Amino acid sequence: MKLTINWLKEHLDTKLNENKIIERLTDIGLEVESFESQTRELDSFIVAKILNAEKHPNADRLKVCDVDVGSKDPVKVVCGAHNAKKDLLTIYAPPDSIIPKNKIKLAVSKIRGVTSYGMLCSESELKLSDESDGIVELSSTKYVNQVGKKYFQKSNSKVIDLSITPNRADCLGVRGIARDLAAAGAGKLRKIDKVKIKKTGPQKISVKITKEKNQGCIAFGSCLIKGVKNKESPNWLKEKIISLGQKPISAIVDITNYVMFDLNRPLHAYDADKIDKGIIVRNSKKGETFKALDNKDYTLQDGMCVITDNSGVLGLGGIVGGTRSGTEFDTKNILIEAAYFDPRSIRKTSNILNIDTDAKFRFERGIDPTSIELGLQRATELIKNICGGKISNFNFQKIQNSKKISIKFEISLFEKTTGFKVSEKKIIKILTDLGFEIKKQKKLLNLIIPSWRPDINQPIDIVEEITRIAGYDQINIEEPEKVRKKPTLNKQQKLFRFLQRSIASKGYLETITWSFTDSKINQLFKGLKKQTDIVNPISSDLNVLRNSIFSNLVYYLNKNLDRGFKDISLFEIGPTFNSHKPEDQQTVIGGLRSGKISRLSWLENERLVDVFDVKRDVIQSLVEAGFSKNKLFIDDKTPSYYHPGKSGAVFLNKEEDKVVAYFGEIHPNILKKLDIKTETLVGFEIFLDKIKKTQKKLTDKKSKYKYSDYQKSERDFAFVIDKNFKVQDLVNIISEVDKNLIKSVKVFDVYEGENIPKEKKSIALNVTIQSSTKTLNDNDLDTINQLIISTVESKSGAKIRS
Amino acid sequence: MSDIKKIKDDYIKKLNQNLDLNSVNQIKTDLFGKNGLLSNEFKKLGSIASEERKQFAADLNSIKNELQNAILNKIQDIEIKEINLKLQNEKVDVTLPERTFSQGKIHPVSQVIDEISSIFSEIGFNVEEGPDVENEYNNFTALNTPDSHPARDMHDTFYLDNNKEFLLRTHTSPVQIRTMLKDRPPFKIIAPGRTYRSDSDQTHSPMFHQVEGLHIDKDINMGHLKGCLNYFIKEFFEVDKIKMRFRPSHFPFTEPSAEVDIGYEVKDGKIAIGEGDRWLEILGCGMVHPNVLKNVKVNPSKYQGYAFGIGIDRLAMLKYGINDLRAFFECDYRWLNHFGFDPLDVPSSYRGLSR
Repeated sequence: MKLTINWLKEHLDTKLNENKIIERLTDIGLEVESFESQTRELDSFIVAKILNAEKHPNADRLKVCDVDVGSKDPVKVVCGAHNAKKDLLTIYAPPDSIIPKNKIKLAVSKIRGVTSYGMLCSESELKLSDESDGIVELSSTKYVNQVGKKYFQKSNSKVIDLSITPNRADCLGVRGIARDLAAAGAGKLRKIDKVKIKKTGPQKISVKITKEKNQGCIAFGSCLIKGVKNKESPNWLKEKIISLGQKPISAIVDITNYVMFDLNRPLHAYDADKIDKGIIVRNSKKGETFKALDNKDYTLQDGMCVITDNSGVLGLGGIVGGTRSGTEFDTKNILIEAAYFDPRSIRKTSNILNIDTDAKFRFERGIDPTSIELGLQRATELIKNICGGKISNFNFQKIQNSKKISIKFEISLFEKTTGFKVSEKKIIKILTDLGFEIKKQKKLLNLIIPSWRPDINQPIDIVEEITRIAGYDQINIEEPEKVRKKPTLNKQQKLFRFLQRSIASKGYLETITWSFTDSKINQLFKGLKKQTDIVNPISSDLNVLRNSIFSNLVYYLNKNLDRGFKDISLFEIGPTFNSHKPEDQQTVIGGLRSGKISRLSWLENERLVDVFDVKRDVIQSLVEAGFSKNKLFIDDKTPSYYHPGKSGAVFLNKEEDKVVAYFGEIHPNILKKLDIKTETLVGFEIFLDKIKKTQKKLTDKKSKYKYSDYQKSERDFAFVIDKNFKVQDLVNIISEVDKNLIKSVKVFDVYEGENIPKEKKSIALNVTIQSSTKTLNDNDLDTINQLIISTVESKSGAKIRS
Repeated sequence: MSDIKKIKDDYIKKLNQNLDLNSVNQIKTDLFGKNGLLSNEFKKLGSIASEERKQFAADLNSIKNELQNAILNKIQDIEIKEINLKLQNEKVDVTLPERTFSQGKIHPVSQVIDEISSIFSEIGFNVEEGPDVENEYNNFTALNTPDSHPARDMHDTFYLDNNKEFLLRTHTSPVQIRTMLKDRPPFKIIAPGRTYRSDSDQTHSPMFHQVEGLHIDKDINMGHLKGCLNYFIKEFFEVDKIKMRFRPSHFPFTEPSAEVDIGYEVKDGKIAIGEGDRWLEILGCGMVHPNVLKNVKVNPSKYQGYAFGIGIDRLAMLKYGINDLRAFFECDYRWLNHFGFDPLDVPSSYRGLSR
């Protein structure tokens, strides 16, 4: 909501200076977004003429224009607008000017090799309207002698831009803001003088609101003015319209807009001669169409509130009028509408049709239903003064009377909620100034809500009104108590934080990427999971929820490769999604590593990172998180985005069927598809929800401290075994031979090739044997050695290598 | 006696000469070998007259010990000399680079979440979480934002189905609903997490982070809200004093509602929090709306309290001097290295939030 101090002062009698007013506005909850003089910024925009427009040599859609900006030589401007053509009069922004829409400062720049000095503007860039299709086309008759002159007239008053919260419909008009300031002690609200208007008899165009279910129009006031001379608005009115950042159109339109911004009372003006017989306000039927004032065609659905005549739809009630009955400079007779529409109906219709207008914005928030007459009064008064004409009586149609709402307010609720005291007297003063009617009844106030405050309907709303006027600075600071009754983190949250730092401590940089991703990349990593589309994605390459951390991580890893990095370790911990339902979300850590270990080291041989690097990262992190390494079980069944031969799945133990992690090389086909140029890419995923059962606390989990001081012996074995036989199973077989004596089994060599039959491999293991009760003698050791060999041979088909 | 004394003197003298290990071993053999000089003397013991034997044996043993010690010392001397000699040839240039290592980093947002959790932990808040995918009820309706409410437009919601029943949460406030439905009052929680709005420009990102706060008990009023936020901001920015301003605002799920600004100034191109006369909006808050309490079956005439929502990314930017919000999510290796934190740098109350 924009307004100027001068305009505000038309409603508020105040001695406060500008800055104090600005301060008060913010204090009472009408947040000042900006307070600046518009003129300086807009001074630089100049009326210009395109002398010549040629196709850009290097770009099909761009044109290179020679533009007359009033100086001796024309300037060259590169322009993308389809309507840029020879002889067009438009608006030119020279370098260093600031574009109102995005606040970007223009610079001289090369666009595809051609230097552009400034820019030609669209209406939306100048905030004249929402029209962004093409550059401004100025009327040649009016502007032909203006080339080189400033487009915007001077406006001296500084413009306040307020961010009005959705509850404060009443402050979408200057008068409402003045009223609030007056209540806050910033001055006195001026009375509106009622000018007596001479009326010339009944309004002759019939108006009917049909009685049907969900009728969105509650009341419709109208007035016919005959014999007007529509023209350009007088300067005072133009200036007001411009100060709002709007474009003056014609006196009639400007007046209806002015009344809307002044009193928060939307109006609509019809060319009365274009109305076919009478006006019928009714629900639309599916398939009805009309062309709205934004020059777009709309096809309606059932049940939208439309203003119609015998020939069809004239406009969408409270949202937008139609071109068929719009006013022009040559309009002679006009019908002014001041109606009240149901906010829900407005909101529903505008959402479906995706229209946003100033009127819609106000009606959907709820305007004062009692303002119909005032709106007609003010509009007719202005039209009469500016355009002349004969004014009919006002015609009022309604299907329902507006009711006064009352609330019982317990005064004590105020202090109970806010923690500070305001005297009863002051409370009553504040509420009275805000327009409440008050009847005191012991500790209760019986309040009648002002008709312009649809947001107030229960006692807590009253507390807010008193608090904001009394001042939020009155609220005390109660120092918080330093008492903790519950643990800050639960087990799962601790695990999250632990693993996050555990992975980072292994040299990975933590990233945070979008929870959504490109379906084309997601496709590669989603495995068997269902893909979830976003109905309204921010862009077509962020159009689905991610099924895996990898889709974004691999994309950004690739970007870093493009930046020239080679040895990259990235990870992210966050959600992945299996459907569009809240319960189908998982917390996953995904990590990727590319490149080499010890690249360019004077000391060590460099090598590619491989599956056993990421396996180490996963296993070590799980062990650090408190899981027993000996129990972890590895399987080779992994999703298709891993290298089928170089990847594994981790289970917390052999009996568990939930995969807690995958690790491995990323499938080379994926690297090819995504055009990732790296020597190698390995990765892992840890599924936090699958390790939910961290059961006991660490203090309970520690087993009793046991150790043995008896002699330790080590024995080496080499077995020749089937190539496909898993080393994990071999190690298990050995460990199981005697759990008391065999303390550890280490694999120190794996060999295939010469001297070993095809389809076989040789595994060399080192076994540590120690008793906790005695020193083992040679005999004991021989026994256990033989037992190891015979057990392995019988259980695995391996042969000891002699 | 004189014989063995002579042997001793001779060999001690020999051992004092410059010898190598072999010569010392030869001496050892000469003395203690099968036919060594001293071995032979021991053999004589039996044939010596008994009155002299005791004395002779004592002397012989003493000489044996002396010589053995002398040999041992000599061997040690030689070995130490040898090691020293060897070390002279073993010198490396220690200014050569060490073996490569790589330092991992924690993302600033994660670090700040831990900082926030640590601060609120001190005053008795526990951490709650909720899913990123929410239903329309928890995200809006239960929070007193029915479909007909224009406040919904301000959220630019990402929807996941055409009925607009499921969506990406636009704020962390649905965690309030989940928490209150699950438990009974009192509630004293914070809920950090990802939030989403379909808005993208220089200062907006379609995904960002918020931390929600909720404190519901029998007599929690706006003074407690102000006290809690005052404490938090001071602790977070690690300053003794802050300037804080509560401004009336509107959120459907709190009433009265406020936006909170903190005072700052720009010193040498850097933002200094707590001084100066410029205001920076950092959070929204208010007293939980009675309608919200009713929706989660908490009696608003018995219980009341406050809620707040803070933008985490914004806090991180302010505290650590990060200019560009978009960079948080662009995973640039250089940026992550520069702004990331060492994983061992865990924020805690006893050790301090930041180094």
